[in-house]
Amino acid sequence: MKESIEEFIKRLEEQFDDLPKGVLKPSSLFREAFSWNSINALIVIALIQTEYGVAIDAEDLRKSKTVQDLYNIVKERYTG
Amino acid sequence: MAIFTTYHTAIRGISCAVPKNCFDVKNYKWVSEKEREQLIKTTGVRFKRIAPSGMATSDLAYDAANLLVSRLGWEMHDIDILIFISQSRDYLIPATACILQDRLGMPKTTLALDISLGCSAYVYGLSVISSMMSAGKLKKGLLIMGDTSTFGSYRDKTTFPLFGDAASVTALEYDETASPMHFNLQTDGSGYEAIIVYAGGARKFPNKKSLEQRQISKGVWRNELQPHLDGIKVFNFSLREVIPNIRALLDFTQTDIQSVDYFVLHQANLLINETLRKMLRQPAEKWPYSITKYGNTSSASIPLTIVSELRERAMQPMRLMLTGFGVGLSWGSVLVDTRQIVIPEIIEKE
Repeated sequence: MKESIEEFIKRLEEQFDDLPKGVLKPSSLFREAFSWNSINALIVIALIQTEYGVAIDAEDLRKSKTVQDLYNIVKERYTG
Repeated sequence: MAIFTTYHTAIRGISCAVPKNCFDVKNYKWVSEKEREQLIKTTGVRFKRIAPSGMATSDLAYDAANLLVSRLGWEMHDIDILIFISQSRDYLIPATACILQDRLGMPKTTLALDISLGCSAYVYGLSVISSMMSAGKLKKGLLIMGDTSTFGSYRDKTTFPLFGDAASVTALEYDETASPMHFNLQTDGSGYEAIIVYAGGARKFPNKKSLEQRQISKGVWRNELQPHLDGIKVFNFSLREVIPNIRALLDFTQTDIQSVDYFVLHQANLLINETLRKMLRQPAEKWPYSITKYGNTSSASIPLTIVSELRERAMQPMRLMLTGFGVGLSWGSVLVDTRQIVIPEIIEKE
């Protein structure tokens, strides 16, 4: 996958209006960075499905803590 | 594998009825204003209809059936088959279809039965009624479905702002010149707990505790007679299964996706349905929605979307891909060319 983690973060920022730009870092704990609830979980799943064609489920989210963890799953499963 | 074709059955008309009582999700005081806005944006539901206590799906269906039959110039004594599909039947026993047969004034020569399905009901229902009508050369049939799902908990933010009440009636006629209906029907019962009412059936008979609400998670209180919805499970299931199901049916029928005029999907929620639209790379104008006006109306959502969004258009021939997915887990699609569908105005029942 060509897309860098910076571009991945930019896409996440576009989804969440109340998230100030430039705050989210690869090491950010995403549950704390934006108010984490089941709707936001769905938004992240939808984003990753439509932009990368990658399916992530509740278990993947449970295991992930940082933005980098999420990015790694996408990178690992991305098939182009 | 259940990919198959039925013949000689034409859809002649569709009618819908909803309760007049309308709820604006902007007034959903159980959650903060900010959360309300986020709910409306992601689920797509701004308004939903709520049946008053004592109004059953069959009451809405009764009005919709009478209006449709009279608009078509049919008589109730001509109806050979009545199928009723709902997760909110009048009673545990007997089947609601039997009660409706009598109430609507159909003769004792009418075949009537219930099926228990929800989000996939329209597609499954069309497959059953068209198969039986075709095999038995039954002349006229009514496929009735809908749900009054708003018995759910007001204090459950995962279900209350989503589900709306509605019923639909589809009139079908035996016609040897009708276009075939092509189906692809699937099931995965391992996900049966994704959408479930735990008590009230034979597995868990209600007891004194069944009415006590418990906190399930933040903002989610309900009792075991009220529906439970695992949003992430349903979301993952939908993204995994729906598009391959549609693609397999297009392959089976060797149909060019461009030739489909409308993809009418079960109105699950806006985020799910928009994600599916992008996955199938379809333009918004081929992908109608009724969810903003009526919410997720369970088994009625596909016919209600046709009635509310394609009413004028349906007088002309259309190629439709209808896809239902959800509770069961059960899902499927039907590809059908319609000629002319009579659609009366939506009834608002007091």
